[in-house]
Amino acid sequence: MSLALNLSHEPITKIPHGKLAMWAFLASELMFFSGFFGGFIVLRNTNYDVFGAGSAHLNWTLALINTFILIGSSLTMALAIHNLEHKKDGAFRLFMGLTILGGFGFLIVKYIEYSSKFADGLFPGQENHTVFYSFYFLMTGFHALHVIAGMIPMAYIFFKGFTKAGYPYPSKVETLGLYWHFVDLMWIFIFPALYLMIPYHVAGAH
Amino acid sequence: MSTSLAHTEEHADHGHAHEHEHHDLPWYRKYVFSTDHKVISKQFMLASLIFLFIGGAFALMLRWQLAYPGEAIPVIGHLLPDTWVAEPGSGVITPEFFVQLTTMHATIMIFFVIIPMAVGMFGNFCIPLMIGTDDMALPRLNMWSFWLVPPAGLIMLAGVFTEMGYAGAGWTSYPPLAADINKEAFTFSGQTLWLISVFMIGFSSIMGAVNYVATVLNKRAKGMKLFDMPLTVWGLFITAIIATLGTPVLAAGLAMLFFDNFFHTSFFIPDHLVSGASFPGGGQPVLFQHVFWFYSHPAVYIMILPLMGIVSEVLATFSRKPIYGYKAMVFAVAGIAFLGFIVWGHHMFQSGMNPLLGTTFMLSTIVIAVPSSIKVFNWLGTLWRGNIHFSSAMLAALAFVSMFIIGGLSGVFMASAPVDIYIHDTYFIVAHIHYVLFGGSLFGIFAGIYYWFPKMFGKMLSESWGRRHLFWSFLAFNATFFPMHVLGIGGHMRRIYDPNVYDFLKGMQGMNEFITIAAIVMGFSQLMLVGNILYSLKWGKKAPRNPWNANTLEWAAPPHPGHGNFDMDITVYRGPYEFGVEGRELDYWPQWEPGKSITVHHHTIAVSDDTSTSVGMH
Repeated sequence: MSLALNLSHEPITKIPHGKLAMWAFLASELMFFSGFFGGFIVLRNTNYDVFGAGSAHLNWTLALINTFILIGSSLTMALAIHNLEHKKDGAFRLFMGLTILGGFGFLIVKYIEYSSKFADGLFPGQENHTVFYSFYFLMTGFHALHVIAGMIPMAYIFFKGFTKAGYPYPSKVETLGLYWHFVDLMWIFIFPALYLMIPYHVAGAH
Repeated sequence: MSTSLAHTEEHADHGHAHEHEHHDLPWYRKYVFSTDHKVISKQFMLASLIFLFIGGAFALMLRWQLAYPGEAIPVIGHLLPDTWVAEPGSGVITPEFFVQLTTMHATIMIFFVIIPMAVGMFGNFCIPLMIGTDDMALPRLNMWSFWLVPPAGLIMLAGVFTEMGYAGAGWTSYPPLAADINKEAFTFSGQTLWLISVFMIGFSSIMGAVNYVATVLNKRAKGMKLFDMPLTVWGLFITAIIATLGTPVLAAGLAMLFFDNFFHTSFFIPDHLVSGASFPGGGQPVLFQHVFWFYSHPAVYIMILPLMGIVSEVLATFSRKPIYGYKAMVFAVAGIAFLGFIVWGHHMFQSGMNPLLGTTFMLSTIVIAVPSSIKVFNWLGTLWRGNIHFSSAMLAALAFVSMFIIGGLSGVFMASAPVDIYIHDTYFIVAHIHYVLFGGSLFGIFAGIYYWFPKMFGKMLSESWGRRHLFWSFLAFNATFFPMHVLGIGGHMRRIYDPNVYDFLKGMQGMNEFITIAAIVMGFSQLMLVGNILYSLKWGKKAPRNPWNANTLEWAAPPHPGHGNFDMDITVYRGPYEFGVEGRELDYWPQWEPGKSITVHHHTIAVSDDTSTSVGMH
């Protein structure tokens, strides 16, 4: 609505505004998780045995299933974008739905994991809680919050896809996809750090 | 489109264009949940000015207690409730309330005044106008970045309703103190609310910052290269990068501290800590200091770099000279931003950190003096033999430069670990931080307000009241904070409740009283700014389009620009500081004016269109 007509030009970097801001935001997110990982590195070195015992107690099979669910949902997200760009609305809705389903699947597995931790008394304030589990709940908790935060706009886009006009903005879905891949990638770091880094002497004892 | 265009052009000269552009929006979309960057900027200004006076009032209560310990606070003393706020029946604040006031004063001034003003208010106002575009890249995100601030402020101030009152662990909120180790898990204290509030403010900062980055990179006017941007935009752009990379680390630290405080985890709680509640232990308190200062040292530059840009703008405009060393200024800002990320340990010389690490941080800190000195040198170079106009904005900018020199020099004292061990936790530190944050940042903000008020509100501020305000602020500021250097070297600890308890401080009590009187004068002289603003809004002279004869793009917009900002096409032909160009009648040459020029030995010479370029070469 500007009176000056030459102001609304194409983005100078050729990257849409939302996507550029999303890249900046992902840099920011990276630093956010870096804060946690920094703390993790320091405290793991001063509480080596506690962290080893904690890692050995975690259920890595469930986490591995979750890893594949998230990677799979990243793939379906990419396929959803591809189909929306090629105006294949049916396939777009299918893959978007599968992505959301992946998010739900991840959260359900997380719920199973958390409830077994609760039964073992590992929650903060419970008797078996250690500083390792502080990190476990902090990092997986914030990661799960990111999953939920991604699923909300996905659900909106998914339901918009059923209207007559369909969802008209492929670039916005692409921006959301960037975020979703980031959430996936963050899990790829959290998974080995929490579940797989078990020192030999602890692993042998179990 | 064509009818609305004709409709608005008719009214553009009266500054009413925005009303017509907007008439389909309900009032709450125009003034409350607006996505227009100028409205958001004014919202930041209003919120921060309110917080400025709350924070200032807290500081004056502190000062009264320091100067006259045990005497009731005048006027309001007997209104204070006899709980943790005041000693029963006396109107004297309690030690607990005293530390809560120091915490709240610092937090409010840093997170709710300086950062929202420097980054929120000027960032929103200047970036789109100075790069010649109609709005931010993502206007709705911009709106949300403001609307997190008032709830965050209210959550923090709601600490007054908790059992023990406000947060009291200092603005640095070091654990274990800030973890409230005697508090039950799952209960709220002022400190818990403080953590939530600062987390929200951080999120608001990040949302603003990613928007600034996208706007500067994507929406510059036609013809504007990165090195045609005014230094204000450069300052804000680099600040946005710092905020993008630094703030989330603070958020991570606050999240961990919140877990310790609320869920009783022990990221920062060591083994064998005696407390009323149980903690698993195994954490490290110093870890929090590292995480905290990794953000909070760069945050110091978040609070000063935008103002350095604004001051450069004002100095060039009112000396009628090009900024001395434009590119050096940009690289100095970038250098300060980079170095800012590798010096945080200088806040921790006394924390029990490895002394060898301290030496590293000492060296990297002292290196920051180099880009800072480049900036000061170039400001002085800009002033040198300029045609200086002592307007209010210029006076504030000169105050910024001179106070920044003093604050910067005392910073070199502290950067040196052996000296810092002596002056650590004394009033010398208090003097230093106020010289950079008040003498620097706040005077920079004053400069910005005096400079851009005509564009923000379409009215001129009163110059004579502006001068009075700055004269009294400057005088009282120095009377308040300069003696604190002496107090600090004399050994006066900061955050103490009653200096009379210590024999060695009794001889300096007169100085404390002097400081308090000066602080009261300084506090009340700020009313001149508010009065000036309110008077000018109602009765001020209408502002012309370019009242200061400046070059940058915001002065191409109509006074009090409406939605969409500009009423003409904007194409940028040259850099932002072409003052005193040879071959022109006017001593300034706006960026948007067509015209050819050549550059000889860093001097720009205007040439007429039909002249062949070889003529002007000699």
